[in-house]
Amino acid sequence: MNSENYYAGMDLIRKATEIRKDIILSLAEAGSGHLGGSLGMADVFTVLYFNVLNHRPDEPDWQERDRLILSIGHIAPVLYTTLAHAGYFPTAELMTLRKLGSRLQGHPSRETGLPGIEVSSGSLGQGLSVSVGLALAGKMDQQNWKVYCILGDGELQEGSVWEAAMSASHHKLNNLVAIVDRNFCQIDGNTPHVMELEPLAGKWEAFGWLVIECNGNDVDELIDAFQQARFSDDRPVVILARTIMGKGVKSIENDFRWHGKVPDDAQKDSFIAELLLNQ
Amino acid sequence: MIKRGDIPTKTGFGKGMADAGASYPELVVLGADITNSVGLNFFKDRFPDRFFSLGIAEQNCAAVAAGLALGGKIPVFSTYGVFAAQRATDQIRVSICYNNLHVIIGGAHAGISVGPDGATHQALEDIATMRVLPNMTVLSPCDATQAAKAALAAVNQVKGPVYLRFGREAVPDFTPEDLPFEVGKGQLFRDGSDLTILSTGHMTWECLIAAEMLQEKGISARVINIHTIKPLDNQIIIPAAKETGAILTAEEHQIYGGFGSAVAEVIVRHYPVPMDFVGVNDTFGESGKPDELMAKYGLNAQGIASAAIKLFKRKSL
Repeated sequence: MNSENYYAGMDLIRKATEIRKDIILSLAEAGSGHLGGSLGMADVFTVLYFNVLNHRPDEPDWQERDRLILSIGHIAPVLYTTLAHAGYFPTAELMTLRKLGSRLQGHPSRETGLPGIEVSSGSLGQGLSVSVGLALAGKMDQQNWKVYCILGDGELQEGSVWEAAMSASHHKLNNLVAIVDRNFCQIDGNTPHVMELEPLAGKWEAFGWLVIECNGNDVDELIDAFQQARFSDDRPVVILARTIMGKGVKSIENDFRWHGKVPDDAQKDSFIAELLLNQ
Repeated sequence: MIKRGDIPTKTGFGKGMADAGASYPELVVLGADITNSVGLNFFKDRFPDRFFSLGIAEQNCAAVAAGLALGGKIPVFSTYGVFAAQRATDQIRVSICYNNLHVIIGGAHAGISVGPDGATHQALEDIATMRVLPNMTVLSPCDATQAAKAALAAVNQVKGPVYLRFGREAVPDFTPEDLPFEVGKGQLFRDGSDLTILSTGHMTWECLIAAEMLQEKGISARVINIHTIKPLDNQIIIPAAKETGAILTAEEHQIYGGFGSAVAEVIVRHYPVPMDFVGVNDTFGESGKPDELMAKYGLNAQGIASAAIKLFKRKSL
């Protein structure tokens, strides 16, 4: 990580706000997409790309880099916006989101050649398995890089996630860190109503993982969590990051209806005003 | 061509992969609990450090393979074709094919000749579900000798995803040891002028016997072995339609959506001629001895020959 991309404290919080603003602008321009989860995970992505990950935006294929696998492809806007702010490609390209010929597909596509995209994703329940494969490859080659996998909480209803969880601990993949966006929201409603996930920490522990819980909208708690994750024994690590869907825009926070909605022109301006007010 | 003996194609696949493992250190194998019955025990025994057991979890296995490919490995994952191609279809579509990753999927127990295990374990739809996927190469060798070459070709001739289909039963091993295997190239096994039988997998030996039977009835049948179902070899199929005027396809698979359908897609576009299909006709299989089942479903030499005679009569109308 070069020093110009290493942030801490208030600088991280300010960067997260800039990223939220560009998420709102690009989704309003696109006219469709997933706002709530993208805003909710802005702090996690900012901490990862501006503090935690070992990476080189000007050399995206650098062999030693940490790998970030976005299993919940639908929050692509937060990945794209963070990558652009980190210097992988110009922020102006964010306004091409979801348009014909764009490298910023509705869900991430590796084939477009967008720098920083490790894998195409969008069908839920596959990213943790892909991460297990990558982590196995890293272990085989005695590499020091880690794999970070972003999962949604609703996504954990997919059975194959638990096949992957079982295999990660079986193969002692302590170079794998999963982060669960625990916002209790999914398209049909709140997770306890759609399909209960609790006891969630107990499930992961039972599958042989080291579990860390934190506030996923608090940059200091996140930095601590990622620090702890570095020093696992032989277990893979899962960070259950409690987040607020729509975080930063008070009028839509925790409202599951904003999972897959975008602001219209008038809302766009009021959302950004709320964002700056709440910073 | 002369039969040397009976060997399962899975043995050819397994030995081929083990040999490939010696030349390609990045080749890794994933186990899905039935490592011996898909022939990968040969690899596991020689390269235990490059074998990872993942248990009975095909969906995870397919996407783990994608991750290994992203990490610079060439992963092989194999289980019964019904599970490899259908339990994990979405993982194969998105994590493997959409990413265009070099993952080799071995579809074992292909066809009805699986026998007594019955319908659940007889892969009869796997060609259809795999050939429809963009970026996918589909291989279907005709005997154990060819299956070993197909395994190596899947490693060193293809850059993207490969589905390689093979069977369980010991079947005639007859292709010459020195016959090259080039992905995408059909093979003329017998020349003829009245009609062409395009065959894939275990059916090819039966087709050669059928051609003998047809010869006795005065019908000259060309037999072409198609070991690569995708991409298909138009350069051998179109001239066959032009020169013999009728095309019969033969596969141990459903007629709908399978190899015959793939050939029909070429024929209707380039040179329409009378065509017919030998395969399973929109039904599930059942338990029985392999040869009993092949006879009942019209997949043996006798069944192929009678389909060919009907087709020849249609052509002559």
